[in-house]
Amino acid sequence: MQALAVAFTLVAMIGATIILTVAKVWWFAPLASNWGSLDTLIVITFAVTGLALVGVNLFIAYAVYYHRAGKGHKAVFFVDNPRLEWGLIAATTVGIVVLLGPGLYYYAQLIRPPRDHMVVEVLTQQWLWSYRYPGQDGILGPASTRRFTPANQFGLDLQAPASQDDVPVLGGPLALPVGQPVLLRMRSNDVIHSFYVPEFRVKWDIVPGMVTELWFTPTKTGEFQVICAELCGVGHYSMVGKVVVMEPAAFQKWLSEHPTVAQIFANPKAQR
Amino acid sequence: MAHHSPGYHDHYVGPEPRSWWTRYVFCQDHKVIGIQYALTALFVGAVGMVLSWGMRLQLGFPGEFSFIDPSRYYQAVTQHGMIMVIYLLTAFLLGTFGNLLIPLMLGARDMAFPFVNMLSYWVYLLSVLVLLASFFVPGGPTGGGWTLYPPQTILKGTPGSDLGIVLMLVSLILFIIGFTMGGLNYVTTVLQLRTKGMTLMRMPLAVWGIFVATILALLAFPALFVGCVMQLLDRVAGSSFFIPTIVQFGQLQPHEGGSPLLFQHLFWYFGHPEVYIVILPAMGVISEIIAVHARKPIFGYPMMVLSILLIGALSFVVWAHHMYTSGMNPYFGFLFAVSTLIVAIPSAVKVFNWVLTLWRGNIHLTTPMLFAIAFLNTFLIGGLTGLFLGNVVLDFPLQDTYFVVAHFHMVMGVAAIVAIFAGIYHWFPKVTGRMMNETLGKIHFWATFVGTYAIFLPMHYIGLTGVPRRYYDFSNLQFVPESVHSLERFITVVALVVGVAQLLFAYNLVHSIFWGKPSGQNPWHAATLEWVAPTPAPHGNWGPVPPPVVYRWPYDYSVPGEVEDFIPQNRPTLQTQAAGGGGE
Amino acid sequence: MPQVEEREGLGGVHDRGGWGSGGGGGDSELPGAFPLPTAKLGVWILLGVATVIFSALVSAYLVRMGLPDWKSSPKPGLLWLNTAVLALSSLSFQRALRAARRAEAPTVRAGIRLGGVLGMLFIAGQLRAWGQLQSLGLGVSSNPSSSFFYLITALHGLHLLGGLVAWAVVSRRPTPLRIELCALYWHFLLAVWGVLYGLLLLT
Repeated sequence: MQALAVAFTLVAMIGATIILTVAKVWWFAPLASNWGSLDTLIVITFAVTGLALVGVNLFIAYAVYYHRAGKGHKAVFFVDNPRLEWGLIAATTVGIVVLLGPGLYYYAQLIRPPRDHMVVEVLTQQWLWSYRYPGQDGILGPASTRRFTPANQFGLDLQAPASQDDVPVLGGPLALPVGQPVLLRMRSNDVIHSFYVPEFRVKWDIVPGMVTELWFTPTKTGEFQVICAELCGVGHYSMVGKVVVMEPAAFQKWLSEHPTVAQIFANPKAQR
Repeated sequence: MAHHSPGYHDHYVGPEPRSWWTRYVFCQDHKVIGIQYALTALFVGAVGMVLSWGMRLQLGFPGEFSFIDPSRYYQAVTQHGMIMVIYLLTAFLLGTFGNLLIPLMLGARDMAFPFVNMLSYWVYLLSVLVLLASFFVPGGPTGGGWTLYPPQTILKGTPGSDLGIVLMLVSLILFIIGFTMGGLNYVTTVLQLRTKGMTLMRMPLAVWGIFVATILALLAFPALFVGCVMQLLDRVAGSSFFIPTIVQFGQLQPHEGGSPLLFQHLFWYFGHPEVYIVILPAMGVISEIIAVHARKPIFGYPMMVLSILLIGALSFVVWAHHMYTSGMNPYFGFLFAVSTLIVAIPSAVKVFNWVLTLWRGNIHLTTPMLFAIAFLNTFLIGGLTGLFLGNVVLDFPLQDTYFVVAHFHMVMGVAAIVAIFAGIYHWFPKVTGRMMNETLGKIHFWATFVGTYAIFLPMHYIGLTGVPRRYYDFSNLQFVPESVHSLERFITVVALVVGVAQLLFAYNLVHSIFWGKPSGQNPWHAATLEWVAPTPAPHGNWGPVPPPVVYRWPYDYSVPGEVEDFIPQNRPTLQTQAAGGGGE
Repeated sequence: MPQVEEREGLGGVHDRGGWGSGGGGGDSELPGAFPLPTAKLGVWILLGVATVIFSALVSAYLVRMGLPDWKSSPKPGLLWLNTAVLALSSLSFQRALRAARRAEAPTVRAGIRLGGVLGMLFIAGQLRAWGQLQSLGLGVSSNPSSSFFYLITALHGLHLLGGLVAWAVVSRRPTPLRIELCALYWHFLLAVWGVLYGLLLLT
């Protein structure tokens, strides 16, 4: 009776897992970037690991039920079988290679941005997302936390020529043109944060004292949320910003409506 | 001092306890120290569980319990994690099982250095008291996450950044010192004090697991020690080991030039082996229980030992898989993904061998055995989801979501805990001479197994939707479907039920100490040496007679042609009998 | 099952019986399963743990040094003298050990006493060196290299302090093994100090 209950429970648990996975009731938010390959790899991983999960649990359920005590039998003295063991090791190895192969292949892409990317700087502080666009020259002017002032939260070098046409957007939103690969160069003024847009799939930490990079191509227009994915103090859960993906023309218009560094610091009122 | 019996060269034992104080409090007997570790660890574990209820109430019913504000929530998250991983799991699996099992299973009279062993417990207790004290200082305990990543842990804006973090770090430093004293004993005792005939390849797998885990801990904790000391200096003396130039809330902070990633490397150089420090003893305990209650030798003993050693060795070259998205050099990702997935091979060997041990066994579904089966199931799930997270590129969507939370709770939160329960139900008669109540035990099992499954299985899928961990409230996240909030309520309710079910265990434990059914010397008919000693074992373990001599491996169950279905390790083999009594 | 016949009378198929005989153990001054005194094994394991602590420290130091803004800070010349004192302390324990093996009790006592006193002198010297740095305006928080200097010397000094506790026990009841372990620990701390000091000087 008890053995049956255990066997039944194990089978029910596998069943629940399969149903939850196949039904996709709770699944990824709809994809909005080029990283669809990760969704595929997740499905492959579910399949490979699912095989092991189902196989092993069914075997346990079978053994627990059929080899339960009380039938007056003695256990079989069975201590070793090198061929079986090496066979199982080989099967495991195959499974791992199947997962690791595509995994490493996609990873190589994930850390190498394509040539035609645009650059946007992400600046984080407790608990705010800010961005800086490089402007016409395509170059972000030098910036350092050391130069921080309340008026100059990016710590920009206001004399540097490259800084003049930069477009800082304090507090966001992050606007991006659809279909254009973007490389985020990310800095933090205070603690570690992490840039994560679930629809884009990727995330990367933003560490004070260094610049980290992350690239992706938005493939859908619309509004998304960037959320902080690394505990950053008591306001961590409220560190949510807006990301707007628009048509390239709309993006250009949006960008031109924001003042450049030269404009802001010539006329301080221009900054919001 | 020592039990000397003529003609036999005997082990060193600590002084025979003479007063109540030296018998129950300042005792050097390994069994008493093991029980002290167990009671302390179970107590802080209960504190950790109550903290998790606070978190669950907030997640299931956001805003309905006003006493859980964001600061308290983060403090609960942090302290729950730290208490469970370090002060419960590490302390119980090594402190309790290490102390109780090593000398008894190896035929020793006590640990190699009983006095240092006693100090180990008292320093551990001190570390627990310092940790608990942090709940009562102004600002409360630290809420910086159990990973204690600087700079945020020591800056304003994080709860407990004034005194809480200082006490946390001091407590960890104390814990490490205390553990080193204990670990020194476990390793030395295994290497030196095995009884005659107990070769390394005749040691029970529980001892192997504890032994290798202790070596890992001795090599891994120093990195955390150094990291804690450095962070403490950053906090107290204003140094800048981990803190670069930063501006917080508009104020330039008096630090410059530190590296936050350096701490993460030190932390995870300890933190990953820590997972195996916890799980290897659990694996060992489970191996014993499965063999005993399936009345069958463990399948592939040499491979089991080899895989323990391999897992132990590999655990030192995988730490950066916790840091794929941390901003470290991305090329490390390739290396650590490969090493991480290779660990799956020895781990799979263990699972296969346990399962094959069950096959064609004579399976007694006693409470310890039920918990052992729960271990197999949850360890397997936790291991398989590890393949998602270890495969570097999949860590990018999943890192810091509830998928990770579900993954490590399946391994550390459920598998390791059910191994502890299995061990308690199995060795309780050895310690007290009484059985625990089987009916209560089984209710406890079903509530715990089915309940934790209902908690953590759906949690993986919450993670897939992208819900980030350590969010006090995520009702402002648009991508989260409404049904996730209902699911959170369901999980909270189940968590509370599972929590209440642990009271059954507590009741059973206390009740059985006094009124349990007497167990006799060897209630499970186990072959390992601890059951050869009188039950409960006296000081010096083996009484006035010499310790047993070992003639065979620990898993002679259901040997064909034998009347009984087990042969104790100290029964001479036909060969040694023919040779005239062997080693006596 | 073919395995069954194999194992008959062998005490288990897996009974390789190798890897140490299982000795019956003994007093911590007597050999156990492995042919060395249990206490000695314990001290060796302790040295292993200490080695990991100092390795972690040194790797943290090297990582930090690799960052572009690294600035070296001056090291007090007194450290050379302290190094010599620690070496003499170590030597003194070695002398005591040699005397103990020849059972020359007075030399043993003198050697142990001198070794311990020199150890204390080393710690006093290190504290004095801290004082000199402080007077140069270099505190724990001044810059990364001075922070590391204080951290490294403090952890090393604490290990020596721990050694002095053991020394207090040994000097009350010296046995050859106890003196040997004390000397071993001192040599280890001398070697660690040599590595750390060399590293500090080079950078």
